[in-house]
Amino acid sequence: MLQMIIANTLADGFVVFLTDDNSWTNDIAAGALAATDEQAEKLLAIAQKAEQSNLVIDPYLIPVELEGDVRKPTEYREYIRATGPTVPIPS
Amino acid sequence: MYRYDEFDNRLVTERVEQFRRQAERRLAGELTEDQFKPLRLMNGLYLQLHAYMLRINVPYGALSAQQMRQLAHVARTYDKGYGHFTTRQNIQYNWIQLKDVPDALADLAEVEMHGIQSSGNCIRNTTSDQYAGVAKDELEDPRVYCEIIRQWSTLHPEFSFLPRKFKIAVTGAPNDRAAVKLHDIGLRMHRNEAGEAGFEVIVGGGQGRTPFVGKTIREWLAPENLLSYLEAILRVYNFDGRRDNKYKARIKILVHQVGADEFRRRVDEEWEQIKDSALKLPQEEIERINSYFAPPDYAQLEDNTELLASQRAANGEFDAWVSANVADHKVPGYAIVNISLKSLRLPPGDMTAAQMDAVADLADEYSFGELRVNHRQNLVLADVPQGDLLALWEKLAALDLATPNIGRVSDIIACPGLDYCALANARSIPIAQEINQRYQDMDRVNDIGDVTINISGCMNACGHHHVGHIGILGVDKRGKEFYQFTLGGSSDQNASLGDRTGPGFPGDEAVDAVETILNTYLKIRNEGERFLDTYRRVGMPPFKEALYGAS
Repeated sequence: MLQMIIANTLADGFVVFLTDDNSWTNDIAAGALAATDEQAEKLLAIAQKAEQSNLVIDPYLIPVELEGDVRKPTEYREYIRATGPTVPIPS
Repeated sequence: MYRYDEFDNRLVTERVEQFRRQAERRLAGELTEDQFKPLRLMNGLYLQLHAYMLRINVPYGALSAQQMRQLAHVARTYDKGYGHFTTRQNIQYNWIQLKDVPDALADLAEVEMHGIQSSGNCIRNTTSDQYAGVAKDELEDPRVYCEIIRQWSTLHPEFSFLPRKFKIAVTGAPNDRAAVKLHDIGLRMHRNEAGEAGFEVIVGGGQGRTPFVGKTIREWLAPENLLSYLEAILRVYNFDGRRDNKYKARIKILVHQVGADEFRRRVDEEWEQIKDSALKLPQEEIERINSYFAPPDYAQLEDNTELLASQRAANGEFDAWVSANVADHKVPGYAIVNISLKSLRLPPGDMTAAQMDAVADLADEYSFGELRVNHRQNLVLADVPQGDLLALWEKLAALDLATPNIGRVSDIIACPGLDYCALANARSIPIAQEINQRYQDMDRVNDIGDVTINISGCMNACGHHHVGHIGILGVDKRGKEFYQFTLGGSSDQNASLGDRTGPGFPGDEAVDAVETILNTYLKIRNEGERFLDTYRRVGMPPFKEALYGAS
């Protein structure tokens, strides 16, 4: 099972993913993928440090699957969280 | 409208500066999230599914045109250009950034608005009848008492850390448009045998995972005793309400567990100690507050039924809008206009900044510069000359704000659901939009007539599903969205909780189920019966059979 770290940034609150170089991105395609539980635990430890440093809030692991090259969180709550509201933003 | 005095002004501006420093300390890493969270919640700032969410109070739903313009400004400057009006007559911004919140609050303070007590375990915004002051059936203007309650409950030191949140609603009319029986305290104005106006006091109503219709603990309370009696109720709750379990901490659980008679006894015992204290409301003070709600400078008009009838006869769409969205006004020649925020284009209760600005202009032009928000997530222009209805309708239609569906099948209450909310289990908005889409044929909609559909995305029931004539509750069933149905709920003076139909339906069958329920009603209704009347006459069996087949 593939996993990623999801969180909110402190300053703007938007959803972010932990990257391979220990930074944070709004783009799920640019986030780090953990293929094993061991890798996932490592990512979580890095994310928790970032939480202690007040960069992000409430980081946790989510399971994802690949559809072609596209990462898709397997739980629909996390899918909506990662991709935004399923209804258009009013304009 | 009420205008802030020096105390209100000082309190709000000092709070903005206090929060600015708190936010700066959080951003600088001097406060942890655990330390900061209660501070931000005291100012209405949540962290939701995608982002921070800022909730701003609209006291008893009353807004000036100037305030509406400032809400538009905040939406445009600090958010994504829209806002969401809630069932508590407030507004929420879904994409506000922490670093911008102090500036947004400072801008709102300029027009006497804030998020204080819009979250947390305290007394929240007191809600009321959107037709306050203009309804034909009204005894007295409930806003006067809402404002008195606002002043008493704002930063009330004894009630800043209640067991759980606390909501009060007031109606001055026998036809309850404020759902007072579904609040922690509901106040219903009526006359006693001597002909004096006072309050029936209803306690322990509420929705959520354990819904109750409130119980009357006092048939009639003199207005001069309003605050001492409220204080006695809050004090009993503050002492005796449970704090060990968040889901059993609302006053409704206490009232249910000890019983209404015992609860009344405890309140009366407390009240005896304080009823003649400084909490007694002098008549002069009631009159002073009342003066803020003096009627606007109405023109001397007559009810112009002939002109309106000819305009309606000449324009079917205008006629449909007047039928559904315009209500009688107590002053001759005037009308109450409901502005539907349930168009096909936007989620229920959502409004763009451009619409907010435009509607503020319309309020200035046609309704003495005032607007109201109601608990069904629509707006009201309360004082429109009947002769202006056609011109106003044309302008509203150009803004996509003239959907003729107030009280109809597509006038749906929906919580933000899983599209926005961190607590939700399922989405609400797409179900509301799909129902709206399916009921676009206005002949069919008008044939169905008055029906309320309320949708919640979890059992916390922000979408009032328990009291919808048709209630829809989204649940997570093994990782999929399912929707359970209740029938027969109502939030008016004859309030009732809906009955569960049976097992839920997957998301792609939920709107078919709505149609099945409504088609069953159309088949079995008697002449003149609303959906709710039919349900109360025949009960669940025919609906159950239609939904699930013969047992």
